[in-house]
Amino acid sequence: MNKKTNSLLRLENISVSFEGFLALNDLNLSLKKGELRAVIGPNGAGKTTFLDVITGKVKPTKGDVFFKGKSLIGRKEHKIARLGVGRKFQSPRVFENLTVKENLEISVSTPKSPLNLINKKIKNDQLDEIEHLMKVINLSKKINSKAGALSHGQKQWLEIAMLLGQKPDLMLVDEPVAGLTDEETDLTADLLKSLSGDNTVVVIDHDMEFIRRLDSNVSVLNQGTVLCEGTMDTIQNDKRVIDVYLGRPEK
Amino acid sequence: MEFKNLKLSKKTTFVIWVLIIAFIIAAPSILPVFRLNLLGRYLSLAIVALGVDLIWGFTGLLSLGQGIFFALGGYCAAMYLQITSSSEFPNNIPEFFGLYGVDNLPFFWEPFRNPIFSLFAIWVIPALVAGILGFLVFRNRIKGVYFSILTQAALLVFFNFFNGQQKLINGTNGLKTDVTQLFGQMVGSESIQRMFFWFTALLVIAAWFFSKWVVKGRFGNILIGIRDDEPRVRFTGYNPVLFKTIIFSIAGGLAGISGALYTVQSGIVSPQFMTVPFSIEMVIWVAVGGRGTLLGAILGAVLINYAKSLVSEALPASWMFIQGGIFILVVTALPEGVLGWVQGEGPRNLLQKLGLKRKIETYPSLEIKNETEGLKNE
Repeated sequence: MNKKTNSLLRLENISVSFEGFLALNDLNLSLKKGELRAVIGPNGAGKTTFLDVITGKVKPTKGDVFFKGKSLIGRKEHKIARLGVGRKFQSPRVFENLTVKENLEISVSTPKSPLNLINKKIKNDQLDEIEHLMKVINLSKKINSKAGALSHGQKQWLEIAMLLGQKPDLMLVDEPVAGLTDEETDLTADLLKSLSGDNTVVVIDHDMEFIRRLDSNVSVLNQGTVLCEGTMDTIQNDKRVIDVYLGRPEK
Repeated sequence: MEFKNLKLSKKTTFVIWVLIIAFIIAAPSILPVFRLNLLGRYLSLAIVALGVDLIWGFTGLLSLGQGIFFALGGYCAAMYLQITSSSEFPNNIPEFFGLYGVDNLPFFWEPFRNPIFSLFAIWVIPALVAGILGFLVFRNRIKGVYFSILTQAALLVFFNFFNGQQKLINGTNGLKTDVTQLFGQMVGSESIQRMFFWFTALLVIAAWFFSKWVVKGRFGNILIGIRDDEPRVRFTGYNPVLFKTIIFSIAGGLAGISGALYTVQSGIVSPQFMTVPFSIEMVIWVAVGGRGTLLGAILGAVLINYAKSLVSEALPASWMFIQGGIFILVVTALPEGVLGWVQGEGPRNLLQKLGLKRKIETYPSLEIKNETEGLKNE
């Protein structure tokens, strides 16, 4: 793999320290354009901190993050989002007091300046985009319901749709199937798989069945660093991964 | 759900507006001068309450310092009236300067000779001060309780500063407006006061429509988003600092207009406008009327203040207890305020408890209803 030239996202020697505790320790990771990557690891391995560093929520103590060749360090969250990094949170975070449609309007609207929002009506192609997204997540009938009235699974999907509406080049998806039924989980996996290719997607999750279904490269995090990378089969047979995360099958 | 998003027919709305306008036009002939003046003052307070609703009800910024902007607007109006009515005093400057041996007008009074400048200053200066103060606070991501404390501290700073500046703005005595002249008549006179009443009523309606326009579309939705989940708004690519600064500045401008109208109808502006309890009262009006409803802010400001004057006349010194009681009642029993309760499920729940209405079917029918609503909109 030619990491230097072909990568959309590159983390170089990232360390994050919270009052002496190293949440990330010399982490290196690189993603190609159009790649789908799963990130797994035990609790406290630094998975969410890893997303926080990319999206600008946490400033690393050491190291650098490059996105499309530009360093992200020191940029504000909203600037990073506008560069094309979208994030879906662990528990669904939709705006519960707004309707499904209003939620999607917020995500598809550009430019994102106050003047544009107060002066102008939403553009027609953005309305078309909303309609399209509603179909993707199968919520067309609930377009004028308050997002707070949706079921857990519907909220998860609405948030994924909001992420898509931002048209990000890089999608960071934190535990998208937490609390979903098996059927919903399968649908989500298929949705994410269909997105890769055009989009670069990073999925963080615990659910091994779900990760297997994604059929992608997997990075295993442990104690703030990448323990190993490879296909699901490779990592499932990796001795270190079994020791720290998967556990040995009972005999 | 029939009370939710209470939609009045066009005819009803028209009738209501005709009644409101008829009342405004007729009020000076119906009400005694004293009552009319009170109503005019309370209507002007409704404008500052609208601003509080915009920043608190919609954006979640609980400011306890709106008195700053309210007083600034009042001072701008009073300075204009004093400087243009001072031709018979020594040195052609307002009378109070003589008390402190000031012969030359402080420089910042000079532009207030111009009526156009003064008319703009009344809302632009408070809006600018609010914008600058807000920007510095929001940029440093100070929010929640810390924001409230900070605004209250700022209020005290302004209060103490204005109190101590005898030689600039007559310090603790404030600036009187009722004996100044406007259009060749005394500002305290009945005819000018009647004009101010109509003007205030008109501006309340204008401020209400303006506030509705601000929160109507996507801009208003972002404000609600900031209130409910600010980091989420940030990760969607919006800069909350800008939105918060703008809305705080708008609320400051509204407070300035409100303060100016209140001053000319009370006859004086003084640092008393910047006391801590007064700014907290503004929040109480909105809380009682209904946060995030706009109309509730207007009703809260006018009705609570009217109740205050009626109660104070009947039972002196009891108002503070009653106001406290109303506030506690609203916070515990009607957290959405009176209007929020009416527009929500309140009346239905009450009727059910009284056994006058059948309980609605619960979850499944709600689901079906939502779906059919969705279909209708497609």
